[in-house]
Amino acid sequence: MAEERYQTSQAIWDKMANSQEFKDLMATKRTFIVPAFIFFVLYYFALPVLDGYAPQFMATKVIGNVNLAYLFALSQFFMAWIIAGLYVKAANNFDRLAKDIVAKAETLKGGK
Amino acid sequence: MVSVPLFMFLLFIAITLGITFWASKRSQGAGAYFAASRQIKGWQNGIAVAGDYMSAASFLGIAGIIAFQGYDGFLFSVGWLVAYLTVLLVIAEPLRNAGKYTMADVLAYRLKPRPVRAMAALSTLTVSTFYMIAQMVGAGALVKLLLGGYVNYNQAVTGVGILMIVYVVFGGMLATTWVQIIKAILLMAGTFLLSILVMAHFHFSFGDFFSAIGHVTYHDAKGAEVVKDFMTPGLRYKPPYGPLDLVSLGLALIFGTAGLPHILVRFYTVPDAKTARNSVVWAMVLIGTFYIMTTFLGFGAATIVGPDFIKTHGGTNMSAPLLAQALAGNIFFAFISAIAFATILAVVAGLTISATTSFSHDFWTNVIHSGVERKPGEEVMVARISAFVVGAVAIGIAILLGPTANVAFLVALAFAVAASANLPVIVLSIFWRRFNTAGAVTGLGVGLLASIGLIIVSPSLMAIDPPTVVGTARHLIQAKALFPLENPGILSIPLGFIGAIVGTLLSNEPSSQEKFNELLVRSNTGLGAERAGSH
Repeated sequence: MAEERYQTSQAIWDKMANSQEFKDLMATKRTFIVPAFIFFVLYYFALPVLDGYAPQFMATKVIGNVNLAYLFALSQFFMAWIIAGLYVKAANNFDRLAKDIVAKAETLKGGK
Repeated sequence: MVSVPLFMFLLFIAITLGITFWASKRSQGAGAYFAASRQIKGWQNGIAVAGDYMSAASFLGIAGIIAFQGYDGFLFSVGWLVAYLTVLLVIAEPLRNAGKYTMADVLAYRLKPRPVRAMAALSTLTVSTFYMIAQMVGAGALVKLLLGGYVNYNQAVTGVGILMIVYVVFGGMLATTWVQIIKAILLMAGTFLLSILVMAHFHFSFGDFFSAIGHVTYHDAKGAEVVKDFMTPGLRYKPPYGPLDLVSLGLALIFGTAGLPHILVRFYTVPDAKTARNSVVWAMVLIGTFYIMTTFLGFGAATIVGPDFIKTHGGTNMSAPLLAQALAGNIFFAFISAIAFATILAVVAGLTISATTSFSHDFWTNVIHSGVERKPGEEVMVARISAFVVGAVAIGIAILLGPTANVAFLVALAFAVAASANLPVIVLSIFWRRFNTAGAVTGLGVGLLASIGLIIVSPSLMAIDPPTVVGTARHLIQAKALFPLENPGILSIPLGFIGAIVGTLLSNEPSSQEKFNELLVRSNTGLGAERAGSH
């Protein structure tokens, strides 16, 4: 059987949630995730909106028969990969902060 | 030539049954059966997520849409990859940290478990069953086309159904995972080979390839010859409602993927949240590469095979296999068709295990029996039985509908329900302190009803067919559609959120707010998360 889940009292959860370390973790996460999320949503929806409402513009040929619409669509793949890569890099930092909080929580609980 | 596809099908079936036998000995106990003991490695889970996700709709469907309507089809490819950013940034890690086997575990954390799990199970079963029926009708039609001399549609559907039941009943999540991994590798290899062959046809000149796409020739419904530039946007999504439908589709894809139960359960099979994160990245590399290659599959079929030939040789969904046949003959055709078959099997197995996990863990154990197994192993037992039932129901419905049934809307429906019912409540439950049980129940209910209701009155189900269209291929309601868009997302997603928010504000549940800090700490730090183990 896997280990029992970590259990503790309401008061300790509240204390952890209000601790400076946890607030720092949340702030660090927010600093990356919120702008990244907003950027990718805007970048992505620019594609259907431009394709749908400005098809002539998007049909502009760029290289040979390859048009703006296809290049912009293709760029979405690289956009997604780049954001994923940046997130993984940023998340190493989240892991480090979270590890400290977990270690501290184990001592708060004591013994186990 | 029939013997070659037959041999390839049988080989795939033999290998997967071997895996199921191996996995069956390792799938005793709930953690092992539902979550493969949480010991799947990051890269393995990444490949399995890709195998779980890239369905017949991706492989056969997108190639077909691009082959017939050009560039617009490629927009599906884009949405299906970018959607993983929502999974990566918002959903995967909190879910792995706070949950056990299903998405409802996260919801039940600080809400009243019974009503929330009951609604979540209903939503999961709706998404999984509808999606599964679409896949099975596709599989039946495909197998019939390939092995027409040996099996008919009903036998093909029954065969697919029995195989998926066997994988899930005996092999659980472990067998499902490996079936998905093998399928993903086959699919990537087949698509890569096909792409190379397409480029070889154009003497590896991108200039020649793209200029051929500039003048695709075919005959329209009236028999007149048409020459079109397939790179142009707007061949599928035409005004007046096309552009809005395109945005609505985008919303359903971007926010629906993160609410698909069969994708979410995959994150419970890895040891921790960091591995879950890495597995999303692995999946994104594979899925992105695959969808970029749909350029070669779709435009290759349009330019090399041509819409006229495809139309008379099995229809849009046969574009990719027919392209393989045109480029490298019958053996390659058989290979690509066998991959399509493997694709469908892996996806239906994933859908079956997520449906049965939700029924057994959420509904049976937690709703009916208040969270306690009456005897050890009951939860797994119930899951195995429900896999039988889900499989039998899916076989029955797919047979009733028949091979020509108009089922494409079922995939749109699955994404719409996932985006409008599941995603709002998962997000609010993780991020909104005030959120409560009433909000979750109304959010799930409104999202589910809005998606289903809007699809029923959409052009997918309401249209006036000419008398030449017969049987289940006809639209269900012979009248002008009340809702002009095929994809309800643009309206149903806001409705799902509004339902959840209004439901929350109308009631007060102090215990839910008190437990928010616990969920917040657990989901963000992984403290006390379910660990890998043999049980």
